[in-house]
Amino acid sequence: MQKPYIQTFLANKATHYTGSVLLLVFSVFLGTSLGSVSISFEAIARIISGQLLPFLHMSEGTDPTLQAIILQIRLPRVVLAGLVGGALAISGAAFQGLLKNPLADPYTLGVSSGASVGAVAVLFLGITLPFAGSFTLPVVSIAAAICTIFIVVGFARLVDRSMSMTTIILTGIIFSSFLGSFISLMISLTGEELRQIINWLLGSVGNRGWDYVHLMLPFFVIGVLLLMFTGQELNAMTFGEERAKQLGVHVERQKYMILSAASILTGAAVAVSGTIGFVGLVIPHICRKIFGSDHRHLIPLCVLNGSAFLILADLLARTIVSPSELPIGVVTALIGAPMFAVILIRRRKGGRSS
Amino acid sequence: MIDIQHLYAGYDHDILHDLSFSVNKGEMFGVLGPNGSGKTTLLKALNGTLPIRGDVVIQGRPIRQMTAKETAREMAVLPQHHDVSFSTTVEQTVLIGRYPYQKGLFKQWTKEDYRIAEEVMEQTGVTRFRHQSLLSLSGGERQRVFLAQALAQKPGILLLDEPTNHLDFSYQKQMLDALKQWSLKDGLTVIAIFHDLNLASMYCDRLLLLDQGSIRALDEPEEVLEVGHLSEVYQSEIHVHAHPSFSKPFTNVVPSYQDQKPEAVISPDHLEVSESRVYYKSLRPLKCYSSAVLNPGFGWFEEFMNIQVDHSFRCEDPAGYLITEAERYGCQTYRTVGMMTAAKVTDASTVFVEKEDFTVLVVVTAGTGNAVDVVHNNRHMQEAVPGTINTWVFIDGHLSEQAFAQSLMTATEAKVKAVTDMDIKDPLSGTTATGTSTDSILIAGTQQGTVLEYGGTISSLGRAVGPAVYKASKEAIARYLDRKEEGI
Repeated sequence: MQKPYIQTFLANKATHYTGSVLLLVFSVFLGTSLGSVSISFEAIARIISGQLLPFLHMSEGTDPTLQAIILQIRLPRVVLAGLVGGALAISGAAFQGLLKNPLADPYTLGVSSGASVGAVAVLFLGITLPFAGSFTLPVVSIAAAICTIFIVVGFARLVDRSMSMTTIILTGIIFSSFLGSFISLMISLTGEELRQIINWLLGSVGNRGWDYVHLMLPFFVIGVLLLMFTGQELNAMTFGEERAKQLGVHVERQKYMILSAASILTGAAVAVSGTIGFVGLVIPHICRKIFGSDHRHLIPLCVLNGSAFLILADLLARTIVSPSELPIGVVTALIGAPMFAVILIRRRKGGRSS
Repeated sequence: MIDIQHLYAGYDHDILHDLSFSVNKGEMFGVLGPNGSGKTTLLKALNGTLPIRGDVVIQGRPIRQMTAKETAREMAVLPQHHDVSFSTTVEQTVLIGRYPYQKGLFKQWTKEDYRIAEEVMEQTGVTRFRHQSLLSLSGGERQRVFLAQALAQKPGILLLDEPTNHLDFSYQKQMLDALKQWSLKDGLTVIAIFHDLNLASMYCDRLLLLDQGSIRALDEPEEVLEVGHLSEVYQSEIHVHAHPSFSKPFTNVVPSYQDQKPEAVISPDHLEVSESRVYYKSLRPLKCYSSAVLNPGFGWFEEFMNIQVDHSFRCEDPAGYLITEAERYGCQTYRTVGMMTAAKVTDASTVFVEKEDFTVLVVVTAGTGNAVDVVHNNRHMQEAVPGTINTWVFIDGHLSEQAFAQSLMTATEAKVKAVTDMDIKDPLSGTTATGTSTDSILIAGTQQGTVLEYGGTISSLGRAVGPAVYKASKEAIARYLDRKEEGI
């Protein structure tokens, strides 16, 4: 009796994943292809596979200038955008599931600002942690992100035990502006690092090169893996912490793990690209609509689609007013802020509109 | 099944103080108490969402030694409020109930999980919503989905916090019937908080009455739902009666507001005798106990009619006949007590007694054509023939239930005395009759003013009712006999 249903269900899931992967691949190609010099998909395929599988000698005979453009400029930018987008999207999904709050994302919760303060402080003070070396910036940024989320959640709980949607968002916004003033303070006190800080603050994935990809990658892998295994717990926690506890979820442990993993992802993303808002809001929301709200699937699907989204957003940012570039945060905010408003209005109109 | 030993629990300070009790397997156990008495705290303490002192032992194992998943396999909770923040489908919601049985890193559902989800959705009647979002369901439907989720945990113990809170009465009944069935048939232990004392009374094997975090009473419903306990714990006036159709106690609150209706004065002025009927209209409803044709038994009524019918009147549905008659006279049938008689209603006899602190009005119509001696009644046919002594007793006083029964006896004895004194004979046995085969009686009280606890023959009420009924019956019978002699 139930078998056909399960099968269609799985078939459905298979199409969800296939579609998402195809979208991501397409975005990577498009992002690499377009720019001041257009490059054909075929050339891109040859050059990339030449790099990945050198024994096939696929890239032989391609223009070395093109190779340089793709491998040194466009591809690192696309990959970085993908990593940042994926990271922001799943940390948004995790925050939302955990806090049962559809408006939560690293940006609205103030986590991004926290990470920014950490990063700016590193640039401002010019410090290098002895054990972290070149990873000082992301490590400090992640630590600041983790501290911020625990302070925000703790404060929200202090204000309102039930941690309603508005309380959490208000707390996040208060902390955002509070932390923002620290950044302003550091900028006004700064001398020669000004250019570096401003450059970083604008938020961009351009001109970063492979170094930044290497910087981001380990944290990305850790965060994504941690969250991948908590899908079922997140499912239980959407019914409230207490209900989750009654269902046998080890709530305290899971909560700390999920908040930390999401903060690691946010911190790492902010460290390499500055604050890019609303990705963590828009992508999980759309993914829930299309794929359903089972977090076991929602998390990996958010990674794929978040990556694709930010690659395309970055493409838009650098081509729309070419030859100059828009900050990528402007593009995501233009899409994200209206979405925030729509979700808010729907919520306010009551539960029975699904 | 579950033992609670010296349990203390609370938030900033202890709300529960030293509770010890145990609940048996398959028992339906109700938790009662006013707001803030610690009912929900008790439930949270039992399911481990609150830190506790003391012990909760499930099947010999202290709960503090069990992991969260182990506890969830033994015990499921249906909370009072549900957090629904995302559009999860019903099926997904129910499947999450299988979480305590999950193994491995990726936590896929097994065939068994799907089978059990299917089964509990069927049990709770939510299968048809399975692909719908929770957000699109009504409060009552959501409640059933969460019940299914709790049942999917396959628990031995089900904890419910006001399970019928959002449900209309038919779903309340459905849900409680189902819970009762599962407890009787499958040995499911149900511990439920109730606000509705009557539902608790009807469905629970035992009740626990909490008062400020301590046990006030713990016993069968009959013992716990007792006026003394309830009015003290709830600080409110409450009445306990027998349930009209179920062998459990039945409680009710009595509003203390004053309405604008005039006082119910019992007076012969409200009586109206015409060729076709005797009619009494009270200013406000009277509490009645009667053997009338229309609206017999206990009830509150304000119009009373005794309709004259022909000697040869035969009717399959006398109540239906009286309803039409009542409507013809413009009475509201749900407010009217109706009787009928073959005797001339214009011969009705009225006696009005004014005592110091209460008044009694007796109205009797009499016809003794079918006189019967109660001792020799087996000679009579089963069929009821009109020709009747109908007695109405209106009392301006507050009668206890006991007084109703005693007044009934007193009035009947007085009637029998009148019939024998008038030397009415049972035509078949030739002995002295005690009444007729279709006599009817009504006792009605205003339920205000003097409290009349007793209505026996030597009580003050009985002293008014007895002679008044005797006098009125005798007079009515005399008029009937006169009319018969005149040959009309």
